[in-house]
Amino acid sequence: MAFTFAAFCYMLALLLTAALIFFAIWHIIAFDELKTDYKNPIDQCNTLNPVSDPPPPSCVLVRGARGVPGPSGSEGARGLVLPEYLIHFFFCVMFFCAAEWLTLCLNLPLLAYHVWRYMSRPVMSCPGLYDPTTIMNADILAFCQKEGWCKLAFYLLSFFYYLYGMIYVLVSS
Amino acid sequence: MSAPGFTNLSSSVNYNQNSTPNGGDAPPYQNGPAQTYQSMYPPTGCYGAPPQHQSYPTIPAHSTPAPSKASMTNSVHSANYYQSNHQQQQQQQQQQRPVPQHHVAPSPYSAPPSQPVPSSGPVPPHAQYNQQLQHPPYATPGSYYGPQSYHPPPAQHTSQQQQQQQQQPTLVPAPASGPGAPLHPIVSYPSAPGNSQYGTLSSSQNNTTPGVLPTQMGAPLHQYSTSRPASTTAAQPGYGVAPPSQLVPTVNGQGSTVHQHYDRSCQSSLSYNTYSGAEADQLPSGTPSTSVHSSPGHHQGGDTSSSSTGSASPVPNSYDSLEGGNFPDSMPPSNDMTNQAAPYGSYGYPNMQQGYHQGPASHADSSPSHDPYGQSSYQQYSQPFPNLSQLSAALGGLSGVPELEVEALTPINLLQERSLLPPRPLEAPEPNLSPELKKVNCSPQTFRCTLTSIPQTQTLLNKARLPLGLLLHPFRDLQQLPVITSNTIVRCRSCRTYINPFVTFLDQRRWKCNLCYRVNDVPDEFMYNPVTRSYGEPHKRPEVQNATVEFIASSDYMVGTKRLQVNDNSTTNQLRPPQPAAYLFVLDVSHNAVESGYLKYFCDSLMENLDKLPGDSRTRVGFLTFDNTIHFYNLQEGLSQPQMLVVSDIDDVFIPSNDSLMVNLKESKELVKDLLTSLPAMFSQSRETQSALGPALQAAFKLMSPTGGRITVFQTQLPTLGAGALQSREDPNQRSSNKGVQHLGPATDFYKKLALDCSGQQIGVDLFLLSSQYTDLASISCISKYSAGSIFYYPSFHFIHNPAQLEKFQRDLDRYLSRKIGFEAVMRIRCTKGLSIHTFHGNFFVRSTDLLSLANVNPDSAFAVQMSIEDSLADSSLACFQAALLYTSSKGKRRIRVHTLCLPVVNQLSDVYAGADVQAITCLLANMAIDRSITSSLSDARDALVNAVVDFASAYKSNVSNLQQSGLVVPAAMCLFPIYILALLKQKALRTGTSTRLDERVFAMCEFKTQPLEQLMRMVHPDLYRLDNMSDQGALHLNDTVVPQPHLLHLSAENISRDGAFLLDCGYVFYLWIGKCCNDMFIRDVLGCTNFASIPPNMSHIPELETPLSQRVRALLDWLQDNRAFSSMMHVIKDDASTKVTFFQHMVEDRSESASSYHEFLQQVQQQMSK
Repeated sequence: MAFTFAAFCYMLALLLTAALIFFAIWHIIAFDELKTDYKNPIDQCNTLNPVSDPPPPSCVLVRGARGVPGPSGSEGARGLVLPEYLIHFFFCVMFFCAAEWLTLCLNLPLLAYHVWRYMSRPVMSCPGLYDPTTIMNADILAFCQKEGWCKLAFYLLSFFYYLYGMIYVLVSS
Repeated sequence: MSAPGFTNLSSSVNYNQNSTPNGGDAPPYQNGPAQTYQSMYPPTGCYGAPPQHQSYPTIPAHSTPAPSKASMTNSVHSANYYQSNHQQQQQQQQQQRPVPQHHVAPSPYSAPPSQPVPSSGPVPPHAQYNQQLQHPPYATPGSYYGPQSYHPPPAQHTSQQQQQQQQQPTLVPAPASGPGAPLHPIVSYPSAPGNSQYGTLSSSQNNTTPGVLPTQMGAPLHQYSTSRPASTTAAQPGYGVAPPSQLVPTVNGQGSTVHQHYDRSCQSSLSYNTYSGAEADQLPSGTPSTSVHSSPGHHQGGDTSSSSTGSASPVPNSYDSLEGGNFPDSMPPSNDMTNQAAPYGSYGYPNMQQGYHQGPASHADSSPSHDPYGQSSYQQYSQPFPNLSQLSAALGGLSGVPELEVEALTPINLLQERSLLPPRPLEAPEPNLSPELKKVNCSPQTFRCTLTSIPQTQTLLNKARLPLGLLLHPFRDLQQLPVITSNTIVRCRSCRTYINPFVTFLDQRRWKCNLCYRVNDVPDEFMYNPVTRSYGEPHKRPEVQNATVEFIASSDYMVGTKRLQVNDNSTTNQLRPPQPAAYLFVLDVSHNAVESGYLKYFCDSLMENLDKLPGDSRTRVGFLTFDNTIHFYNLQEGLSQPQMLVVSDIDDVFIPSNDSLMVNLKESKELVKDLLTSLPAMFSQSRETQSALGPALQAAFKLMSPTGGRITVFQTQLPTLGAGALQSREDPNQRSSNKGVQHLGPATDFYKKLALDCSGQQIGVDLFLLSSQYTDLASISCISKYSAGSIFYYPSFHFIHNPAQLEKFQRDLDRYLSRKIGFEAVMRIRCTKGLSIHTFHGNFFVRSTDLLSLANVNPDSAFAVQMSIEDSLADSSLACFQAALLYTSSKGKRRIRVHTLCLPVVNQLSDVYAGADVQAITCLLANMAIDRSITSSLSDARDALVNAVVDFASAYKSNVSNLQQSGLVVPAAMCLFPIYILALLKQKALRTGTSTRLDERVFAMCEFKTQPLEQLMRMVHPDLYRLDNMSDQGALHLNDTVVPQPHLLHLSAENISRDGAFLLDCGYVFYLWIGKCCNDMFIRDVLGCTNFASIPPNMSHIPELETPLSQRVRALLDWLQDNRAFSSMMHVIKDDASTKVTFFQHMVEDRSESASSYHEFLQQVQQQMSK
């Protein structure tokens, strides 16, 4: 029983997957909030999309002057989409390095999906996937929600798979 | 004190008048709200209410409670009253007076005293009032009621009244004014109670009736002040009034003699009541005004009139049955119904009558009122639902539903049947509803559904293969619109639906929401006194009689509404009082723009329309020009001439001066005119070819964001500098490619983001694009798309070389500058439980699943909504849709326009097909296809359209049609579907193979998204008429003119003959095609030319000749133009001219070099069906 690189990868993946599960849940909640009319799509998209550049100063000034609170709340949770993709990509690379081919194969479809998803995003000047003007379309909303549930299921399964994989690697080596 | 209130009223009146047509609002209008307002926005004074403030220093106490107006009860009033606030007292007195009187002394009933009460003070106002309105009506009501009360002789009545009052104890301590009290005790007050109930109505009446109310109001105030002293003592259930109503009827008969006495006095009292209602938010009874109206009957003597009224009511019974509710108390509904309805039709005001009727109606008293009203009023009554009846008449007066259905379902083999077009343009199909519901249903011009019979389940909908959706034109100019001022707008407590004609009254106190089926209480204001039952006829209120109504939201209601509608983030808006009208013009002055010469015409047009800009004394305007720098104009009042401020730092735009760039139009009108005069010359030498549109828009955004408003952008070339710079993406060689069109979407999200910022600050951006080269409309249009603006495009605009475009530009500008506008609007669409909204189409920002944020709303833009059926609708036989548009009028009033559409639910596929609205379906499909072409590709969208026909035909064949005949069979209701789809495929937006500029294509797509259905259908499938052999057969006779009704012709060249003259109505443009061998007489009589050869090549007017033929042709053209927002251009096209291509490209049934003919299209469809 030795602590190999592969075991390390599994442990890392385990932790990161836990984070991804959190992301997926957060994603589902975010769209549910949209659907139930609880949030403004602009604010919600600002939190979903990573905000690379701060809003133009003019806006801030104007809002301040009006006493309008800026996008509420979740400043800390901003832009979870890209981090999610990066984390997933990161441990795919790790598995690749660890030569865990089966695990890598299991993850490849999702990786490909992420690439496709990001390539086909709407025209945007900043990184991000969601366009506040189309997000309320019932099809897109339903799609995003379904996407969230599927990912949640996938991450949950892979969480246990990684757990199993880690133990297996630890035991077998 | 009274004065301020009075003024307000008057203003309100004006407002109403305006509103009916265009909704212009007088800010000061709301008396009641004003108070609250002050408390809320003391400094702003936006509402014009301020004066009241001053006048009523005491008010403050009052004001504080105001926010909760709705909740405010009479008790509050009473409290205020005691506090000795004049206003309150007045109000209370007005309302309560009657009551107190009753309480205090039955004795007071002696008529004589009552007369004095009116006090001289009020009198003068009366006079005015009378003049403005129909004097008699008002007076009568008072008298009417008055007599009743006086008549005490019917001891029963008095006792009843007293009882009632006691029962209602709650409200106000009787504000008995010493003098007034005795008088008041008079029955007149009882009428007042009615008022309380109808208070809302009355207010509305005020609005509608021009001028009348104001006077009344003023008068009352005076009286009050005088009467005030009397107040005190008895806290009567001012509202108890209701009971009196019952009494009233009896009284009327008896008290005729007395009536005369009262006339004036009563009026005054009545006026008071109304006033109080209007002013005092508190009083749920704002309705009093209604009572006032009713009073008019009094003059002539209620008795006589009563008989007449009774006869008038045709509808009532039906109504009851419709609603399904039992109104045990209200037996005589019929009269009321008719009466109410009638008033609406005639005036904006119907409310008044309602109030009146309601009270009296139950006892058949209503009739008396009629006479008093005088002829005009009488007419109103006699024509119940004038609007509706007119409407239905306009719709062609379809009769038997079953027949219709059968007719609509007749299978038609398209391959054999060649002439499918009806002789006249297609009308919207009528939903298969009971006649009563049909009568009150929303006009198809405003609200149209693709399936007038809603399938019960999504499965059935899928089977039908037709899209379910709505086409909405919510803010269109209306000739008649009931305007309702109410302290409490009655809405469902769970889904917030506004009460509408399709709700069910379970009993007098409860109504069942037709969207969520929740049972709600009828608020006191809506039906005042349930205990006495006499006045309880909530089903007669205008809200329940009209599918389209407009509420004037009281100030605190407004805030509440906003909060409700906007959800959590809306708090931002709550702090903001209604904005003033603000217009900013952003003008391109680069070399290219100067070259095109639009600037001069714009300045001229604006100069002409400066006074017609919708707005009030707070209207603000500003100007901003740009080329590679941005120029601001300081128009501060007091300057000798406009000052130009140049900002050349376009990377970091700043506003050079804070308060002087957007100026009050009224104060700086001279400077504005100066600027408009000098502007064209200022840049005539410009050599700057760059355009910094993006930075200019950013500057405009900063300039406008404190107020919100409308930005109008004129752009003539591709933006090349600063943020938002674009590059040409069009490859001219690909214009006619069959391979699909690239670059239909935006190249950058700069404009979209800016538009969203604008939308957040309630700024709408309208775009006028006048360019000769590619300008990337696909990107730039985003600025308008998401800020609810409108887009105008003039390809190849040049003031000399293209006079047609110039004329169109000028006409559009005229309309654009003077058309109505609503600011900071939101529209929510609610629908029966089980239905949900899938997608919206139009220019707006979708803020939540059913809420559209419209920074500006204009009367020319329409919306489409795709719906889906989430749950089975089996448990109800009706499905309803309600669109509520909340906006700030140009006069700074918050208003809510509510449209409700009711449709039957069916569970048979054949019924679904029978109710299909082919035009609406086509328009909805066009919207969907345009979305598809942007998100996917143009060819995808075209395929989808063809598939829509194929799927539909197959679905019909396999499910409904039991004829095994070969060929392409569709139900008669949908027989035009393939033609329309084919026409769509040949439309600029969706065609391939024909050379189409990218900008023109994108513009056509924008048009599809925003044009109202009628306009859209004319663009897709123009109407073709032959003019040279028109006969008077079937002609319309309007006033003195005879409007011939030539038959529609199929859009095929085979219908065009060389010896004829044909008119093609394409919506924005008429083409008059003159054949080579056309009758010389026609050419001479209509065109004023001797023969074909002498017709000038670019003729664009039909001369006004006195020949009968010319008169007919012009009458037809005028008639066709009627009701079009933008006047259409006329082009005379000669058979030999090169321009005839533009004419023949509209012959959609013919084969073109790149597209199939109609017959080929049908065969293609049939082929695909058999696959």
